[in-house]
Amino acid sequence: MIAIIDYEMGNLKSVANAFKAVGVEPCITRDPSELSAADRIVLPGVGAFGNGMERLRRLGFVRALEENVREKKKPFLGICLGMQLLATKGFEFGEHAGLGWIEGEVRRLESPDLPVPHVGWNDVAVTQSSPLLEGIGDKADFYFVHSYHFEAAQPDSVTATCEYGQRFAASVSHGNIFGVQFHPEKSQKAGKHLLENFLRISA
Amino acid sequence: MKKNRLIPVLLLKNGWLVQSKSFQRYQNLGDPITSVRRLSNWASDELIFLDMTREGGYDMRRDDKGHPNRHDILEIIEDVSKECLMPIAIGGRIRTLTDIMVRLASGADKVCVNTKPLEDPAFITEAAREYGSQCIIISIDAKVSGEGRWEVYKDGGKVATGRDPESWAREVESRGAGEILINCIDRDGARTGYDLDLVGRVSDAVSIPVIAMGGVGEWEHFAEALSRTKADAVAAANIFHYYDQSVYLAKKYLHDRNFNVRAPDLIPVEVTT
Repeated sequence: MIAIIDYEMGNLKSVANAFKAVGVEPCITRDPSELSAADRIVLPGVGAFGNGMERLRRLGFVRALEENVREKKKPFLGICLGMQLLATKGFEFGEHAGLGWIEGEVRRLESPDLPVPHVGWNDVAVTQSSPLLEGIGDKADFYFVHSYHFEAAQPDSVTATCEYGQRFAASVSHGNIFGVQFHPEKSQKAGKHLLENFLRISA
Repeated sequence: MKKNRLIPVLLLKNGWLVQSKSFQRYQNLGDPITSVRRLSNWASDELIFLDMTREGGYDMRRDDKGHPNRHDILEIIEDVSKECLMPIAIGGRIRTLTDIMVRLASGADKVCVNTKPLEDPAFITEAAREYGSQCIIISIDAKVSGEGRWEVYKDGGKVATGRDPESWAREVESRGAGEILINCIDRDGARTGYDLDLVGRVSDAVSIPVIAMGGVGEWEHFAEALSRTKADAVAAANIFHYYDQSVYLAKKYLHDRNFNVRAPDLIPVEVTT
């Protein structure tokens, strides 16, 4: 069973629809205890870093995530804000502690002469082989919507990058933990391919 | 590098897909879900739905096809978001923050607002604060009012506002809009190409993405807007419904000529239940 965490941070339905499109029926949950029955966990999210962490905490998900993802090593995919929350801290509307699973900081995109948020289709360069990105060509376009980006402390946490005024992390990973800045659920063929890869990663 | 987008616009009236001319005459093209499926399979970059229903419900008259009848735009969006893994914007009849919220909750990624901000410009800021600028598209309907002059209209192109599109574009940007959809009423359904002067002026006036709309009759018109103005995206309605594989062919036209667009693609048709 694949669990999609509902912490009131947007676009759950699109993520659930995308998993249905690749043949699995996900379970959208607001109940942290349901994570123990899941074999894979997805944290989507659109919105601000501080709000996201606050809601995960208030709903009791932080502890349940630690247990299921960090201790039991279930494959985890964070999308957009869900990826950023993996960082040590974020600087959107003040400084906030993140989950701290992948060392790094989330800072505003510095893209002089380009509008921020970065919204649209952009190509992603795979910089390191990762089971999540297997078979994804070097010029594959994904759909992005974000104003902040993940600055990883260790370069080898980054598995793909994208260029928008500056080069930033499009995808990060550490063991069973994966995060993507773009929206696979809005990225048609390439997005479906990535979700299929995620479903194949062994627990 | 971020790509320029090619965006089919679907005009809805009382639940049906329609074709429009001069914002006045509408011809019924049928069930929107069938079109969405095609447009999705042709790898559109994004879809914009504009609901022009003024009165009456959403009688899809689909009972005969074994589908449940669809009663409002939200049910249509829910159907659509199941069909396509791509960004969807919805416009029409948006007057309150709740109107935005329910559209986003039904599966839309962005909303497109036209009349309300012209009556209450602070609405843009309220909406952007609540849902983020990235999901607020302000659509501007402009009509030629003289040589090199245009006037902004509201209420589906029926009521003149006295505003000029460039200064209104600057204002909506400063109030927090994420994108602007600029549509020339005189070109609607005319198939003579975009009003490049209008699109050029509006896209020069702001730094947020501008989507050009109105008048496309051949693929070359997309190329004109991308090469002669700063438009970030090119949109059209009618032309995408005339040809089989229209989006694919339009994108191929641009891609072959080295425009910065996603490579053309055809996604195999999947049987959905």
